[in-house]
Amino acid sequence: MNRIDKKFKDLRKKRKKAFIAFIMAGDPSLGVTKKLIFELENNGADIIELGIPFSDPLADGPTIQRSSGRAVKNKANIDSVSDLVKDVRSRTGVPIVYLIYYNLIHHYGVEKFVRKASSSGVDGVVVPDLPPEESLSLRRAAEKHSFCVIHLAAPTSSEARLKKISAASSGFIYYVSLTGTTGIRTDLPKELFGNLARIKKLTNKPVCVGFGISKPEQVRMVSRAADGAIVGSAIIKKIEENLGKKDLVKKVGKFVGGLTCTQ
Amino acid sequence: MLPDKHGRFNGFGGKFVPETLMVALDELEKAYKKALKDAKFRQELKILLADYAGRPTPLYFAKNLSKQTGARIYLKREDLLHTGAHKINNTLGQVLLAVKMGKTRIIAETGAGQHGVATATAAAAFGLPCDVYMGTEDIRRQSLNVFKMKLLGARVIPVTSGSKTLKDATNEAIRDWVTNVRMTHYVLGSVVGPHPYPAMVRDFQTVIGKETKKQVLKREKKLPDFLVACVGGGSNSIGLFHPFFKTNVKFIGVEAGGLGLSTGKHGAALCKGTPGVLHGSRSYLLQDKDGQIKIAHSISAGLDYPGVGPEHSYYKEIKRAQYVTVNDKEGLEGFHMLSEIEGIIPALESSHAIYYAVKKLAPKAGKNKIIAVCLSGRGDKDIDIVKANQ
Repeated sequence: MNRIDKKFKDLRKKRKKAFIAFIMAGDPSLGVTKKLIFELENNGADIIELGIPFSDPLADGPTIQRSSGRAVKNKANIDSVSDLVKDVRSRTGVPIVYLIYYNLIHHYGVEKFVRKASSSGVDGVVVPDLPPEESLSLRRAAEKHSFCVIHLAAPTSSEARLKKISAASSGFIYYVSLTGTTGIRTDLPKELFGNLARIKKLTNKPVCVGFGISKPEQVRMVSRAADGAIVGSAIIKKIEENLGKKDLVKKVGKFVGGLTCTQ
Repeated sequence: MLPDKHGRFNGFGGKFVPETLMVALDELEKAYKKALKDAKFRQELKILLADYAGRPTPLYFAKNLSKQTGARIYLKREDLLHTGAHKINNTLGQVLLAVKMGKTRIIAETGAGQHGVATATAAAAFGLPCDVYMGTEDIRRQSLNVFKMKLLGARVIPVTSGSKTLKDATNEAIRDWVTNVRMTHYVLGSVVGPHPYPAMVRDFQTVIGKETKKQVLKREKKLPDFLVACVGGGSNSIGLFHPFFKTNVKFIGVEAGGLGLSTGKHGAALCKGTPGVLHGSRSYLLQDKDGQIKIAHSISAGLDYPGVGPEHSYYKEIKRAQYVTVNDKEGLEGFHMLSEIEGIIPALESSHAIYYAVKKLAPKAGKNKIIAVCLSGRGDKDIDIVKANQ
């Protein structure tokens, strides 16, 4: 059983929900990213979503766009980030999934990417611009390595599409809370909970919710209705606020600790 | 006929977009297919193109250039259309479709500003609000078009990310669409993007090639030997080429050579790029060793784009078309040449095609060979740049 499935099994036993923390590899540097992985785990992150930066992140809002820009400059790429994961893998069992735009995988080679990532200890991948219609070659390569391909579902997805997404997904389903890009929102959309009830009826795979979640009460509300909450931009914003400061890692850890303790 | 039902041209194209947009693309594809078969829609569009845009456009026999070169050079005068370029063929079609789909807001991306002006124009004609995303670098280069869009009642939203040009304006328009997808129609300006855009924009632009075919046949009693058009995203060129696909007519697409291919500062996705995925489809593009998208360069804002339409990638792979480059300096020379010799001031984009046809192709093609060049736009918008480069 891969680490993601095992994690959800353990959480279910404990009647707990997953907290998934997103950070961009290479922002502010690959060295700090390594420290952040441990810090996030120690502060209650159940799964780490690790971004590999792309020059044109069209599903992302300004915060993650800026983070991608910094990380691209720091030469974070599939090879360097996979080497980083390989290094931390000897010391942690926390599931790690990549968040990566498809051109980077396409350019690297689909088979080669899955081999590199899984042999480095990465457990799965989220590709924001790859719907199930286009993910067949990635899924075929992933199956051989029990590597998870996590697809996204959206508020606009029809019932037929939700079924297709569920069938194509392994590990969990990433439910996009709103129509829009990543980024902090004051309020989550009212229809989110109705939408979650709808998708939960159609799948028995874990459903985790991302986009717009930044506050402890939002994490708590989402965790009640779904199998996990994903926080990205709010963590990146914390990193951004502490760029160049010595206690960046601690500050980010403390912030994440504040989000997870209420779950 | 391609694309297939997955929106693929032999492996190019597809739908590489966030899930949020998938339903909107399906809805658009259905509405578009229905409109194609709907006699009333076709009639409405035909009247708009004739009475509002000014179609058919003339095919002008460029007698002075022909005399100089020995070839028979024809210019398809898309520059004479309302708003000054071929872009209006597509925006009228798409905005009419948006109205039929019940959409209440229009957005667009623009590089040179021609597509932005054409979209703002169509939106004004149908009484829809319109937001146009434009890179700040292009806003600087194309201030006249920015002012025109504002006059037409559109909002021009400056984009400061990345290269601050067409690529980034397109990212930002897609982000807007993801956010407002239910009531907004995104009028993409070229044969790029996810399916059905490359096919739909092509179909709205094939009016260029269909008219050219008829007009050349009438004048010459035979088909042309060569078709020449510039390629940024590739809409005027596909529009000219596609109706001739099954003939023996040779296609030449002219990409931006920028400061020279060896400098890396150019817009030649087909000549110097490799296949990749950008803005929703798989096609040739300019990228670095990691797959990060490179910043394109061209003196002409409309050719300043690191990608190209998937159908062009297909034409390249099956060798149906030949793709060549013309650099900034040569493009400028084409601009001056057409102005002085034929009394027509062309857009800098079209000047690339003119230069290639007159300077490179005609001398080699042989006497009396018929060359039809797409004069995709007029040059008013480029006067400042040309002045600055004198």
